[in-house]
Amino acid sequence: MTISPISPLVPREGERLLSGWGRTAPSMATVLPVTSVTDVLAAVSAAGPRGILARGLGRSYGDAAQSGGATVLDLSALAQVHVDTAAGVVSCGAGASLDDLLRTLVPAGYFVPVTPGTRMVTVGGAIAADVHGKNHHVEGTFGSHVSSMTIVDGRGEERVLEPGDPAFWATVGGMGLTGVVAEAAFDLIPISTSMVSVDTDRTADLDELMDRMVSGDDAYRYSVAWVDSAHPSGRGVLTRGDHAPVERLPARDREQPLAYDPRVLATVPVVMPKGLVNPLTMRAFNEAWYRKAPKHRVGELQPIASFFHPLDILQDWNLGYGPAGFLQYQFAVPDDSGHLVSLALDRLRRIGAISPVTVLKRFGAANAGPLSFPQPGWTLAIDVPADVPGLADALDDLDGLVLAAGGRLYLAKDSRMSPEMMAATYPRLSEWRRVRDEMDPDRVFVSDLSRRLLL
Amino acid sequence: MRDAVGAPQSILILGGTSEIALATLRRLPRSRIRRVVLAGRPSERLAAAVAELTTAGFAGVEQVAFEATDTDTHGSIIDAVFDAGDVDLVLLAFGVLGDQAESEADPRLAVTVATINYTAMLSTGLNAARRLRGQGHGSLVVLSSVAGDRARRANFVYGSTKSGLDAFAQGLSDALHGSGVHVLVVRAGFVRGRMTEGRPEAPMAVTPDEVAAVIVSSLRKGRGTVYVPAQLRLVMAAVKLLPRPVFRKLPY
Ligand SMILES: Cc1cc2nc3c(=O)[nH]c(=O)nc-3n(C[C@H](O)[C@H](O)[C@H](O)COP(=O)(O)OP(=O)(O)OC[C@H]3O[C@@H](n4cnc5c(N)ncnc54)[C@H](O)[C@@H]3O)c2cc1C
Ligand SMILES: NC(=O)c1ccc[n+]([C@@H]2O[C@H](COP(=O)([O-])OP(=O)(O)OC[C@H]3O[C@@H](n4cnc5c(N)ncnc54)[C@H](OP(=O)(O)O)[C@@H]3O)[C@@H](O)[C@H]2O)c1
Repeated sequence: MTISPISPLVPREGERLLSGWGRTAPSMATVLPVTSVTDVLAAVSAAGPRGILARGLGRSYGDAAQSGGATVLDLSALAQVHVDTAAGVVSCGAGASLDDLLRTLVPAGYFVPVTPGTRMVTVGGAIAADVHGKNHHVEGTFGSHVSSMTIVDGRGEERVLEPGDPAFWATVGGMGLTGVVAEAAFDLIPISTSMVSVDTDRTADLDELMDRMVSGDDAYRYSVAWVDSAHPSGRGVLTRGDHAPVERLPARDREQPLAYDPRVLATVPVVMPKGLVNPLTMRAFNEAWYRKAPKHRVGELQPIASFFHPLDILQDWNLGYGPAGFLQYQFAVPDDSGHLVSLALDRLRRIGAISPVTVLKRFGAANAGPLSFPQPGWTLAIDVPADVPGLADALDDLDGLVLAAGGRLYLAKDSRMSPEMMAATYPRLSEWRRVRDEMDPDRVFVSDLSRRLLL
Repeated sequence: MRDAVGAPQSILILGGTSEIALATLRRLPRSRIRRVVLAGRPSERLAAAVAELTTAGFAGVEQVAFEATDTDTHGSIIDAVFDAGDVDLVLLAFGVLGDQAESEADPRLAVTVATINYTAMLSTGLNAARRLRGQGHGSLVVLSSVAGDRARRANFVYGSTKSGLDAFAQGLSDALHGSGVHVLVVRAGFVRGRMTEGRPEAPMAVTPDEVAAVIVSSLRKGRGTVYVPAQLRLVMAAVKLLPRPVFRKLPY
């Protein structure tokens, strides 16, 4: 049966329900594929009253990459990649994913300057969220490695931004609200193999873990810790390393030291249809993950994909949380408030919010982006099912502690903080707003997140 | 915007003094609410509701004049509320029980009951649906009643209006399926309160707050149609199967 399009209720061409990785609070938008800067210019000029927003691969957890009733640009076809192998820089369309890039870059002897825990993100999304990786404590965020970018701002103007420009830093970490990033150029890490040499330490409790990180992280380029969120001790597994030099490879692998073949082994709906994540399976998973790690091991060779993107082995693993979806609570606090890490773990464990993904990391220096999340100290990221009873209150309480400690939450993960929390924890928000108001005076760029947080 | 743990920021109640709607509001997480619009007939009761909510710590409580029988005005009233900002939750909570005997004696009274309970619900429901659909998200709660499941001799005027309303709400829910707008139809039984004051209490009676609790949890779970209390689902299924001669003689 078809109903005449005169009805405001019938679906229109291109309309799709969009949500973040956590699959909570979806909204409907008109998705518009773009293939060139010209397309982006036309789309921004034609934006309707509900506004427009760029979307990458939708790996932000909450409502950052969706905008109810708006036009949402799909940049996946804006993904041409040019590598300057001599200079060690790449320029590409903002829709290019790190997955695409790595397949080109690794065999050519380069690595991306920063990668989040999944390679299924776009360059546009990496800039807009100013993502961090395991090397943040030494090499900063993704945005710090960008040398220039071409954007279309809210006035419908094409602009090339460089790091000297306040508009550049408002866009880095600006969550798509200052303009659509169409292209970007950034520097690369030269590598001579596709393997990472990894040192692993399994710790009996959280204190030992944090001590080791404070005392030892600086000696490593990459460092991250996994924490057992089901265990009261906060025990964990610390993995640190760097790209392995050719000499470290066994002779048989030296022929093709840069071979790169990341794989997806299974998709979650295939593994288990529903309710994969519940306190029982999670306790068992955490126990097994902890036991599997060696007490202390040095110089193990791991492929890039296993070290940086272990979760990408399972496609669509977010479906394992079932229809209620899940969220990630990620905060950063200064060194003197490291005790918040154990407080947060305790609080969430006591309401039964146990997850397989609990990640602790040390951040290095912040950059010039007013909304860039990282600040020196600790960051903890905990996945939690959204329907755990008492979750809203527990997280509000933790917000209060994070605020009091001078910390903040990560916008790419947030799906529930209050506008007051946002304003109080990002003291440079008004500075960012001034630049945004110049770049987008009519507030053409709108997301569900910007509406929720009154950005 | 509604957040990941189900807290809305802005709420529109049509039938701003409804005990069930106000109880629902009180059960929502207060910290995220920034705007509450109570649409209703200007009265002391409506003003008192605004004052009471404000005292209770709700932010941005306002009232808007709304007369259910004045259907021509519904479009502009609802547009004005949405034009001022997205609405995350709309409660269609107005309604009258009417008096069956008086309606039988003076059918014009029956027409008024039908206008409020059915025609006005249809009118506000479609207007709200259009705007929710346009913003791409939001929830619409329709207060139906078990009285619509099978019309009873004792109040078939009211029952027939709720029956029509329920059919409308089911259809609207299907029309909006997959659009980001969620419709929740609430089939309450006897709710102790102003509307039923002085009437003989039916079995399984509940309080407005019990209805509110079900509304809030059903919104979170994204449920489509709920009975309050839940046991009424079975009871009503059985009631619908009763042979007419038996049903006609039921005391309730
Ligand atoms: C398993 C997993 C692990 C993760 N690990 C990390 C981690 O270790 N470190 C970390 O920092 N993050 C991490 N993240 C978060 C993720 O890196 C960020 O959310 C990133 O922004 C996702 O990129 P995307 O392309 O999917 O962008 P989307 O989620 O689609 O969009 C994110 C934001 O970027 C904006 N945006 C996207 N493209 C453009 C563009 N071309 N121009 C302007 N704005 C744009 C969107 O409007 C939105 O506000 C992880 C996410 C997952 C699912
Ligand atoms: N109570 C029950 O047993 C029961 C059971 C099942 C379903 N329901 C349904 O639940 C809904 C809410 O009921 P409730 O229990 O909360 O009752 P209530 O407190 O009496 O609320 C009814 C609301 O309807 C409003 N209203 C009546 N006529 C109106 C008109 N012409 N124009 C505008 N508003 C008008 C009233 O406003 P005023 O203050 O101006 O009168 C009041 O706000 C109703 O639809 C009802 O049918 C109730």
